[in-house]
Amino acid sequence: MSLKIVREPINKYMQKIPLGLIHIIPERCKECGYCIDLCPKDVLEVGDERNIKGYRWPRVADGKAAECIACRMCEWICPEFAIFIVEADRREYV
Amino acid sequence: MGQKVVLRERIVDESPRDDLIRRERFPHIWCPGCGLGTVLKCYVEAIAASNIPPDKHVIVSGIGCTGRIAGYVRLDSYHVTHGRPIAFAEGMKIVRPDLEVTVISGDGDLVTIGGNHFIHAVRRNVDINVFLVNNFIYGMTGNQMGSTTPLGAKSSTSPYGCPEPPFNLPLLAAALGAPFVARWTTLHVRQLADAMKRAMNVKGFAFIEIISPCPVGFGSYNDLRDGRDYIKLFLENCIVDHSADLNKVGITLKPGEPIILGNFIDREAPTYHDLELEVFKKAGWLK
Ligand code: SF4
Ligand code: SF4
Ligand code: SF4
Repeated sequence: MSLKIVREPINKYMQKIPLGLIHIIPERCKECGYCIDLCPKDVLEVGDERNIKGYRWPRVADGKAAECIACRMCEWICPEFAIFIVEADRREYV
Repeated sequence: MGQKVVLRERIVDESPRDDLIRRERFPHIWCPGCGLGTVLKCYVEAIAASNIPPDKHVIVSGIGCTGRIAGYVRLDSYHVTHGRPIAFAEGMKIVRPDLEVTVISGDGDLVTIGGNHFIHAVRRNVDINVFLVNNFIYGMTGNQMGSTTPLGAKSSTSPYGCPEPPFNLPLLAAALGAPFVARWTTLHVRQLADAMKRAMNVKGFAFIEIISPCPVGFGSYNDLRDGRDYIKLFLENCIVDHSADLNKVGITLKPGEPIILGNFIDREAPTYHDLELEVFKKAGWLK
């Protein structure tokens, strides 16, 4: 017999997971890939359009936009100030 | 509930942090995957969080890839001769103690060419911040080895491996009495920005060594040809230990040997300014 007691916070259902709206400035990107690799939710992927210097800026992978939790790792690690997050109310979008 | 919209990335042409950078100069000159842009990001975020108005912040840098940082910040910024930013910053802080003076420059500039300025500024405990970006090499000058190149690492002037042991910079700064000593990498963005913010509020010489990727220079000689190779190196080898024994935090970059990070020292010590005022009082120049 296995007895499993899982403690759940009583206010669990009141917690809101933030949603991040991803903003990109294509002309600044140098395709280093940091934002793509370090996103904990694998929201981003390499795009197929190129900017004037020939770099492919990131885009949101198919169906992944709502998974962004606005942790801002992409924004902080980007050496080019080329990607940033605006936090939004998840209920309005998802 | 508002209307549901299909979510995707939005293409824009400016960022909310453009208030503190010289956006007309972007994209900057640094190579793809270079950590310097991330250092700049952490610095401007620290300024925004510092409770010191931007017009009181001043940045001084010397020559080198890192030296270009002063040209990208929307602040009063000074780009001075090779190795001399600390000397310049000391003078500025002594004359204008109301300014928050920060030096951001490279390892080659600050401790190889300008090593003497570094040790004497720490010894005097002048109230400036020194954020030294260590990429283990003279990047802009042509990838020559310097005083921070790890023993055995390759460079354009050490093709068979560097024959000299490098500086252990946190130990050096701590031994000279620096009140704040930290080390982070460009992967540890929030810890780095927090340490920078703390440094801005420390009284006295605040020193942060920032380990930063140079995939095009150092990396091309040492199997770190892509920024992602450095991220992997940092993820696999970095250990955070705020109370580390500083005798043991020298960097070897050998597989399995850790890169130790942390806010190692945060203590109080009389600053040059305090000691100078005492002398002025004794001399009868101040009431
Ligand atoms: S904010 Fe976080 S979850 Fe969202 S895209 Fe950036 S790294 Fe990924
Ligand atoms: S981190 Fe910045 S520069 Fe690098 S790929 Fe992402 S958006 Fe482009
Ligand atoms: S040479 Fe190295 S430090 Fe200089 S910009 Fe390129 S990657 Fe950065």
